[in-house]
Amino acid sequence: MSTDIKITPEIVAEHGLSEDEYKTIKKRLGRTPNINELGLFSVMWSEHCSYKSSRRHLKKLLTEGDKVIQGPGENAGVIDIGDGDAIVFKMESHNHPSYIEPYQGAATGVGGIMRDVFTMGARPIALMNALRFGEPDHPKTKTLVAGVVHGIGGYGNCVGVPTVGGETNFHSGYNGNILVNAMCVGLARQDKVFYSAAKGVGNPIFYVGSKTGRDGIHGATMASAEFDDDSDEKRPTVQVGDPFTEKLLIEACMELMATDAIIAIQDMGAAGLTSSSIEMADKGGVGVEMNLDMVPQRSSGMTPYEMMLSESQERMLMVLKPGKEQLAYDIFNKWDLDVAEVGRTTKTGRLVLTHKGETVCDIPIAPLGDDAPNLDRPYTAPPKLKPLEHNEMQDPDKRGSSYNSALKAILSSPDICSKRWIWEQYDRTVMGDTVDSSQSGGDAAIVRIHGTNKAVAISTDCTPRYCAADPFEGGKQAVAETWRNLTCTGAVPIAITDCLNFGNPERPEIMGQFVYAIEGMDEACRALDYPVVSGNVSLYNETNGVAIPPTPAIGGVGLISDLNKFQTIEGAKEGDSLILIGNTQGWLGASLYARIILGFGKDGTPDHAPPPVDLEMEKKNGDYVRRLIRDRRVNAVHDLSDGGLAVAAVEMAFASGLGFKLMNRSENPDHAWLFGEDQGRYLLAVEENSVNPVISTAHNLGLTAIMVGTVGGDRLSAESGFDIALSDAHMVYENWLPDFMAS
Amino acid sequence: MKSAVIVFPASNCDRDAQTALAKITGRDPLMVWHEETELPQVDFVVIPGGFSYGDYLRSGAIAARSPIVQDIVKKAKNGLPVAGFCNGFQILTESGLLPGALMRNKGLKFVCRPQKLKIANSDSMFTKAYGDETDVTYPIAHFDGNYYADDATISQLEKSGRVLFRYVDNPNGSMKDIAGICNEAGNVLGMMPHPERAVDPLHGGTDGIKLFKSVLESFR
Repeated sequence: MSTDIKITPEIVAEHGLSEDEYKTIKKRLGRTPNINELGLFSVMWSEHCSYKSSRRHLKKLLTEGDKVIQGPGENAGVIDIGDGDAIVFKMESHNHPSYIEPYQGAATGVGGIMRDVFTMGARPIALMNALRFGEPDHPKTKTLVAGVVHGIGGYGNCVGVPTVGGETNFHSGYNGNILVNAMCVGLARQDKVFYSAAKGVGNPIFYVGSKTGRDGIHGATMASAEFDDDSDEKRPTVQVGDPFTEKLLIEACMELMATDAIIAIQDMGAAGLTSSSIEMADKGGVGVEMNLDMVPQRSSGMTPYEMMLSESQERMLMVLKPGKEQLAYDIFNKWDLDVAEVGRTTKTGRLVLTHKGETVCDIPIAPLGDDAPNLDRPYTAPPKLKPLEHNEMQDPDKRGSSYNSALKAILSSPDICSKRWIWEQYDRTVMGDTVDSSQSGGDAAIVRIHGTNKAVAISTDCTPRYCAADPFEGGKQAVAETWRNLTCTGAVPIAITDCLNFGNPERPEIMGQFVYAIEGMDEACRALDYPVVSGNVSLYNETNGVAIPPTPAIGGVGLISDLNKFQTIEGAKEGDSLILIGNTQGWLGASLYARIILGFGKDGTPDHAPPPVDLEMEKKNGDYVRRLIRDRRVNAVHDLSDGGLAVAAVEMAFASGLGFKLMNRSENPDHAWLFGEDQGRYLLAVEENSVNPVISTAHNLGLTAIMVGTVGGDRLSAESGFDIALSDAHMVYENWLPDFMAS
Repeated sequence: MKSAVIVFPASNCDRDAQTALAKITGRDPLMVWHEETELPQVDFVVIPGGFSYGDYLRSGAIAARSPIVQDIVKKAKNGLPVAGFCNGFQILTESGLLPGALMRNKGLKFVCRPQKLKIANSDSMFTKAYGDETDVTYPIAHFDGNYYADDATISQLEKSGRVLFRYVDNPNGSMKDIAGICNEAGNVLGMMPHPERAVDPLHGGTDGIKLFKSVLESFR
């Protein structure tokens, strides 16, 4: 594409720019943009880069707190974990590419999120993911699961960062748009955190990493539109990853970061060289001049347009202190990476690009940010659904089935069943600090800070069933559930990252889901003093007009300051008592039981209101559980979520290898007692002599705590409910996913 | 005992090995960059897991031809104790120090799990500290761990007691459940499981400690 292409309305439309947006560009330039300039505006003002539909709503979120060093707006969020250490973390989506090309899409999603973290000076220490696939019967599901899991493992395993946890759901709402959300957690010293503001004039700009090729051009624009039947044709816009280069890039960057050479650094993610150079210049209030002839190129004859819009992976842009150029060359050469000085910062406030002696772009930088569209899209309030009242025909026995069958059906359901087939493909133990991971079936991963006695707990959560039924309550619940999961380890929850996956924001009902989910999240963040420090928005997850269920995936991070006092789902002992903390009403609306056994919402349409979260009780219950862990009062902890008390008790039994006897300690019918999904609840295994103190202290604090059973034997039995051998239950739990993948 | 860990560009268990050696030998190992042509004076060398040069071509194939590995081969033939874990095992078979090859796992998937093993021979410089103890669990994490050798080699290994570790519930299709072998002289060990990730009660257990203790005792 040469610079003298005539800009027609068709070309403007192909670039996803509206007529108004194009008018603004012409006004600010005082002339018609050339094709390169149009391309730059197009990607910078895409939904993906500009957050034009979401920005005004994201602003509402709590982003500040005692432990927040850097909130949203940088490559990743940064929190204080004491002793001069900082945790840097973020979650990001790679949904559209993963649907089109599952292996590369997922792999580069992992690569991209790691770069966001090590760009800030943090060595990645843990990876997590949150995956949503279509219903198992959908013809694409199996291939997508296999490809995505292979891609995540292929990248993370090679770079040598443990993939320690995650969640996987299957739902018909994701048939046409799967979600691949990857999270990375890194460790830095607080005085060695790097930012992206390019301060100072006349400083050299360095390009390091892989060469620039023609892959991924317009990836950001693809992620800003919905799919149709021809979406497979977008394969060329998917990037190709190379984890070996990423590993080299991490080590080389870490080595340069140990010196004082770097002023600013930014990875080349969506919109590649364009967004990295513009964001660095914009934040630093400077201009940038780059000579594109200096950019390392994979193919010959690349045009400025292609170079600026390429999304080739494993690349970084840095502004160095003058005089440090040789140091950078030496380090990156040592690691066999490309390194080139491609330009300088200037005082003009303009982005000036030259190519073969010609100026091919000369635009002011400020308007790209200042004038970026900030839309107030119309939205409608999501309809409120009624609760599901108890009635006797919900009882499995009365339905002509049995509690044993119901339990087995739930344990072998795609959402609950063991995800061993997935996590065994991820190296969870590399780096030598994984204290707990997916392997235990617990609530949160625990990763030690190397060489210390402290650890971070990490959890990713979202319950799309709840979000679809009530985006506000669902958003609230997703935040609260990560907080609860971190609490189960004894960690003090500190902050979250969010990955907000929604449909087409141009539809008022979808925009309504988005707005209400954010408001729900925010309510939880404020009540739990649990701010958002980083995140990502993925809209247009929609195919032929059918949107995904609203899916605000939350990644929470907490601190275990003393590894002599933490807890997991493992460790219940023969003769222990099971204590339930929290109120039980037997809430069945939008529960897994309602979906699997009663058949509600099977077609993806929600029928009943999800369980509300009482945030005040949430906080009190969680604070109490943490105190019990600190006082070493409990042998095992698990939160109650999908499948309620029954599934929580069964999962705890799988982790300890011991059975249990449960009793119904409520006024509710057995099925509601066992499978209801009331929020803010924990199941504890405590030694017999701790039962009274644990319950009486809870009562003194105004909390509900009741003994609900005992641990022991090899059967899973519930009073007037199920009674099956632990080994039988374990078999159906373990077998579903491998059987499905082999079928 | 002075030890060294070889660092290839995409080694990723180099720190795991470093941590284990420092903890058990009481001395920090030397970290030796792959471009070095000569190994420093040490008593024991670990070739760590990872993907060495990205594992292009075949796992460990390029690394086996690197300058530092040439020097390791020379010194190992003169009796220097060498252990290769995971990718290190692949490099040792590619270099010819150990027989056989590691093919793609039978299930065609990467597999990471705590792996039960039987110590098949505790009369070796790498296993003697285990004494009568035969059941250990080390983490595994590999894609290409399916051990293969021709029948003559297998029977040679079996007869001379060079199979040191066997899998319980073979995870990858290895012949005769072979998880780890040594060379004829007994100074070179290659194994797919990660004993260096099993030296800490909070992470992977402590079953790997005695492997390093065995080597250490040889230098007392």
